[in-house]
Amino acid sequence: MSYFKIETRNVSLYYGNTQALKNITLGVPENKVVAIIGPSGCGKSTYLRLFNRMNDMIDGVRVEGEVLLNGKNIYADGVRVEDVRKRVGMVFQKPNPFPKSIFENVAYGLRINGVTNKRYIEETVERALRQAALWDEVKDNLKKSALALSGGQQQRLCIARALAVEPSVILMDEPSSALDPISNAKIEELIWELKKKYTILIVTHNMQQAARVSDWTAFFYLGELIEYAETKDLFTNPRNEKTQNYITGRFG
Amino acid sequence: MQLFKEVGQAIAGESKIQKKRRLPYLTDTLVRAILFLCSLVSVFTTLAILAVLVVQSYYFFREVSIIEFLTSKQWTPLFAEKHFGILPLLCGTLLTSLIALLVSVPLGLAVAVYLSEYARRPIRKVIKPFLEILAGIPTIVYGYFALLTITPLLQKLIPGLGGFNALSPGIVMGIMILPLVTSLSEDALRAVPDSLREGGFALGASKLQVSLTIVFPSALSGIMASIILALSRAVGETMIVAIAAGNLPQLTWNPLEPVSTMTAYIVQVSQGDTPYGSLAYNTIFAVAIALFVLTFILNMISFRIRKTFMAIGGGN
Amino acid sequence: MEHYRRHALKQRLYDTLFQVVALAGLLFAVMVLMWLLYTVFEDGIGRLNKQFLTSFPSRRAEEAGILAGMVGSVLVVLLTIVIAVPLGIGAAIYLEEYGRKNWFSRFIELNIANLAGVPSIVYGLLGLGLFVRWMQLDRSLIAGALTLSLLIMPVIIISAREALRSVPPGIREASFAMGATRWQTIWHHLLPISFPSILTGIILAVSRAIGETAPLITIGALTFVTFLPDDLRSPFTILPIQIFNWISRPQAAFHENAAAGIIVLLCITLLLNATAIYLRNRFSR
Repeated sequence: MSYFKIETRNVSLYYGNTQALKNITLGVPENKVVAIIGPSGCGKSTYLRLFNRMNDMIDGVRVEGEVLLNGKNIYADGVRVEDVRKRVGMVFQKPNPFPKSIFENVAYGLRINGVTNKRYIEETVERALRQAALWDEVKDNLKKSALALSGGQQQRLCIARALAVEPSVILMDEPSSALDPISNAKIEELIWELKKKYTILIVTHNMQQAARVSDWTAFFYLGELIEYAETKDLFTNPRNEKTQNYITGRFG
Repeated sequence: MQLFKEVGQAIAGESKIQKKRRLPYLTDTLVRAILFLCSLVSVFTTLAILAVLVVQSYYFFREVSIIEFLTSKQWTPLFAEKHFGILPLLCGTLLTSLIALLVSVPLGLAVAVYLSEYARRPIRKVIKPFLEILAGIPTIVYGYFALLTITPLLQKLIPGLGGFNALSPGIVMGIMILPLVTSLSEDALRAVPDSLREGGFALGASKLQVSLTIVFPSALSGIMASIILALSRAVGETMIVAIAAGNLPQLTWNPLEPVSTMTAYIVQVSQGDTPYGSLAYNTIFAVAIALFVLTFILNMISFRIRKTFMAIGGGN
Repeated sequence: MEHYRRHALKQRLYDTLFQVVALAGLLFAVMVLMWLLYTVFEDGIGRLNKQFLTSFPSRRAEEAGILAGMVGSVLVVLLTIVIAVPLGIGAAIYLEEYGRKNWFSRFIELNIANLAGVPSIVYGLLGLGLFVRWMQLDRSLIAGALTLSLLIMPVIIISAREALRSVPPGIREASFAMGATRWQTIWHHLLPISFPSILTGIILAVSRAIGETAPLITIGALTFVTFLPDDLRSPFTILPIQIFNWISRPQAAFHENAAAGIIVLLCITLLLNATAIYLRNRFSR
């Protein structure tokens, strides 16, 4: 068994002939938060999407190397991409609730897993909403459309939706970049809470956010992993000049 | 294989709520196959069109040379003295279609410029539905207009005009394709980026100057595409000409004469008692092939122009 | 300076002039249409009564009616819907959601774009060769419906693809990220969300099918039918063919019948189109 909950070994990714990720080896220990930072177009979102194989959706994408979840390669033959995604939850940059009720949004993952027990579904929805710190705000309006919620609430609903199926890993793709500062703070608090139960990989272009929420930070530049270190070390004492330049705001 | 299974289980099997369910995956595969077959229907349709037209006109071209078909100036397959030259039908088709373009293009373009550059939202909200209603009127109704309303009116204006002529169906066809010209041209005009307009306005140009000297030329290829598509529609239009043009194949560019078109001829034969399989009957397939090729070429030109137009930055 | 000022004034004049001309042209088109509709109405309203709606065609204009055409039109179009809608939406889903972007999907796309531009009368000959002769369905309801189905399928495919494409991509991502299969994503999210737009496209296609005349003439739908079809293999006529038949007669009395038939036909198609336009404006963002 590997030490890491999720990891990549020598992974390269190509869009047609363009190489977007270059030979990346990186691991995330269980119940830790790892942040990926780097300038736009450095491949950090692409890297994140390796772990639930969302890159598969794009035509012409080719992946080399191993992407491991619990030490097993999720790109191996015979692995169902849907099974991977049920284990690895994802929260997107822009909140993307389904145009259904709040309740149905959270229950969706259970329903596609064939769960029909009504009480179990209700309990799970409540648990997930509580975990996402949204329960108190919506408990009287579960039948209301999710689209009626504010942006910050929508994003927490999307987190609750991901939590309902009890994944072990959560991927977050700039989860608060589209939100106001107060909602942003709530999401960051939430990440601290979630870390107790989940392993979290988060992409952000907000370096303060990375410093606040993560245990480890990886710096990507032009598809390469430049530096990976404990967050406080990386920000106070970067070893690579490019990292130094980026965190001091000289480019990006 | 054993290894793969273990991998799958290790990934899938760790949650309590995770049940082993195969049904959704089976459904997905099955549905995918069914939907693929649905999409093949379109390919099948094209092949079937080609097969029917080619096979049936093969019987025709066995008896009539393709040279005669393309060059003879008479089309009299139903008479005792038979001639099989498509030129009169082609001429009638082009004559009525060009009249239609003369009616619809100037008005359609003016309205398109107006809608895209001038009209405010409330006005658009009235005009657009009107054009859509115009587009929704069945062609048989336009045929009635052509024969029983427009022709009598024209007869008052032009003494000696016969009850059947190319002019009246041409005009009515122009009204029919007006919505097509307008909406496609408007799309082309709207695709021109605002930054170009602003460049003109910043120099103090008036709206009309910007529209005519900047927007219109930028959208020209898109507009050409819409005109060609409208021409193709006019060439393929059937009922208006079948009713009002006179079913008299003659090689003339005089809009006051009765003519026949490729489409009208097909209807004429289909309606009559010409026995299936006879030479006269097979003429309609030969005519249909010519019609198919003509509209196909027009459609492809239009399609190509539009693709290029969108690619070089017309569309966003 | 004076020169510039005069020039600017002139330009503003042209500007106004253009608007006036464009609007006047449009107004003229509106008036022509109104006048045309009015003449039909004037000619036909006198014949529009219960006898006209419930009678078969007759050699005497005043005894003739549109019953056979109405029933035939309704049956053919219902059959067409049953055939073309599932096939068309299915093809659209495949092309938009399953198909990869390769030479095959480009070929199918081009093919459908081309089919949408094939003149309807060519579809008539296709129906004649394929359904009436080769499959020996004769001049039957089902042959007519199959022909019309092939005719409107490209329209349905194109509009349904557009409807699916307008679903925000975030919805797809969210659903896939939850572990939903493609079909679950389509069935649970994409189809419900795009339903109004798909329906709009279907209604417009159906409205077109009701008005189509030429393809059914070529497959040999009859013009003089004094019975109602009783099964799929039954001969039939449709309202537009009945109208065409009356227009082609020299007697004015038959022209009145045609006008009355047109009023009925227009009511049906315009009602359908208005519904479609309403649906679209209501649900479009």
